[in-house]
Amino acid sequence: MKIKQSLGEKTFDVFNILLLVVMSLVAVLPLLHVIAGAFSSNNAIIQSRVSFWPVEPTLQQFKYVAANDAFWKAGWMTVKVVVIATALNMLLTVVGSYPLSKLYLRGRRAIMLFIIFTLVFQAPLIPTYLVVKELHMINTMWALIVPGAISAFNMILCITFFRSLPEELFDAAKVDGMSDYRIVWQIVVPLSKPIMVTLLLFYAVGHWNSYFAPLLYINDRHLQTLQMYIYFLIAAGSSNDIAAAVAGDTGGKLLPKALEMATIVLATAPIVVIYPFLQKHFVKGATLGSVKE
Amino acid sequence: MNNETLEAASVQAKKPFSNRKRKTGELSFFQFVKKNNALYIMLIPVFIYFITFKYVPLLGSVIAFKDYNIFDGFLKSKWVGFQWFKLMYTNPEYARLIKNTLLISLYQIVFSFPAPIILACLLNEVRNMGFKRWVQTVLYLPHFLSWTLVYGLAYMMLSVQSGLVNDMLEGLGGHAFDFLQSPSAFRSVVVSAGIWKEMGWSTIIFLAALSGINPSLYEAAKIDGAGRWKQFQNVTFPGILPAITILLLLKIGNVMDVGFEQVYIFLSPITYEVGEILDTYAYRLGIMNGQFSMTTAIGLFKSVIGFVLLVGANKISKSTTGESLY
Repeated sequence: MKIKQSLGEKTFDVFNILLLVVMSLVAVLPLLHVIAGAFSSNNAIIQSRVSFWPVEPTLQQFKYVAANDAFWKAGWMTVKVVVIATALNMLLTVVGSYPLSKLYLRGRRAIMLFIIFTLVFQAPLIPTYLVVKELHMINTMWALIVPGAISAFNMILCITFFRSLPEELFDAAKVDGMSDYRIVWQIVVPLSKPIMVTLLLFYAVGHWNSYFAPLLYINDRHLQTLQMYIYFLIAAGSSNDIAAAVAGDTGGKLLPKALEMATIVLATAPIVVIYPFLQKHFVKGATLGSVKE
Repeated sequence: MNNETLEAASVQAKKPFSNRKRKTGELSFFQFVKKNNALYIMLIPVFIYFITFKYVPLLGSVIAFKDYNIFDGFLKSKWVGFQWFKLMYTNPEYARLIKNTLLISLYQIVFSFPAPIILACLLNEVRNMGFKRWVQTVLYLPHFLSWTLVYGLAYMMLSVQSGLVNDMLEGLGGHAFDFLQSPSAFRSVVVSAGIWKEMGWSTIIFLAALSGINPSLYEAAKIDGAGRWKQFQNVTFPGILPAITILLLLKIGNVMDVGFEQVYIFLSPITYEVGEILDTYAYRLGIMNGQFSMTTAIGLFKSVIGFVLLVGANKISKSTTGESLY
């Protein structure tokens, strides 16, 4: 059944689309401005001639960033942390979620409460810091990996998903004499691709983007991650020194702001490049979260 | 938790033979553990992790009642009772921190919380699916940028020397305004940055709720002659109200957690007065100045308030709207 649209409704449609276009622009313009700046000449940046398109295009500042060892070191550190931490996250979350997805597990309720309580009542910062310190992890990359080895929230997502797998399958596997370990590896994991991809992405993006943990646990500049590098570059204002040092080495001149922009672009690139391909999985994961435990 | 028991019951009802005989009732707890030892072995790392990094720190919070120093350690440091909490109560410095925390949180509830709801409803009214998907892709993106990068972008847009916004203001004959270093603008800037980053992404859960609304309700409303606004009032909004309630409850439980990363990156000595929150203060005082007991007291205070608020808000919601978290 179709009702003719009133004038008010048509006006709303036009207004709505305009509003959404404006919001989308607000979301991307800052990024476009920085990309434009990163590819513009220092003069154009100083004279504020750059808006959303490169002016006097150049790759100069990228060359300087590429020549900066500290940047690559931070990037390599970040890659190491993300890979190792995410692998550990996945292993512990999957292996721990499987038993808890079994409703017949004795003590399941108590164990679930044990886990959920940590979400409701959070341990204060300092005692956690002291534990990490007692374990001699301060100023090692393990401080960025082990204290976040499991996310209770992600684990609950995983348990909820595993519970949707048909129990008959496991019964059959057991009849065939499969151990629980092999069931996890050969049945559960292959059947749980959606949640695996989601968890992988959530954990990996979380590690990639975190700057609190490195700020807290790492004070050795040689071990800094990319986010810390950017923090010191922009928020703590070390870009002047770095710009001078980097340009000095190669006998040139470099505007700190140009260096900052190029660094932001390089640090954002991995996320912006993979994001459109993985968006579908991210969205699926976020909706999985709305399933009530 | 009640849900689980119910589900457990229904699963067993469906499969009386495979499940009940073997898995409940007959085996004693130890026999069960022995038979299914693999399941418990798989849980060992989980236990070790949560005990080491969640429960030990929770126990370690006793240092909030002690005068902790590194040499005496957890056990031997002097017991001072509620000294640190009294200090929080009497020292105006803390009143300011709590005020800043609550104000930023209030801004978040008033502005950041409804933003994605409104956006989701607007997206829901778009008929052109291609356009809708395009807008969604663009609006989700900022969620994946770290706070350091968001600050970097904000700096490039808003800084007083060369920020694009200030260039434009001056171009239009106005005066440049130092958004990032002005106490008067700090809270608005931080909260706006949060909206910019998370608004799009947060719509997902509401869009899921919207797509769960039964289309026949809309058909019925149309037959009754309801226009789109009436449909929104009587079908759409009631349809997402449960999701709104649940998320609002969670936000209320986290009223003291306004986001360390979000605030700290924007903070500078000029804006401490209006922008220093409990978390950032705890970090500066605890980690940078080694005042472990005082900062643990702050953390414990926060956790207790959060816990009480969550349980309280949940109870009120349960009795008034029927919606609850557990």
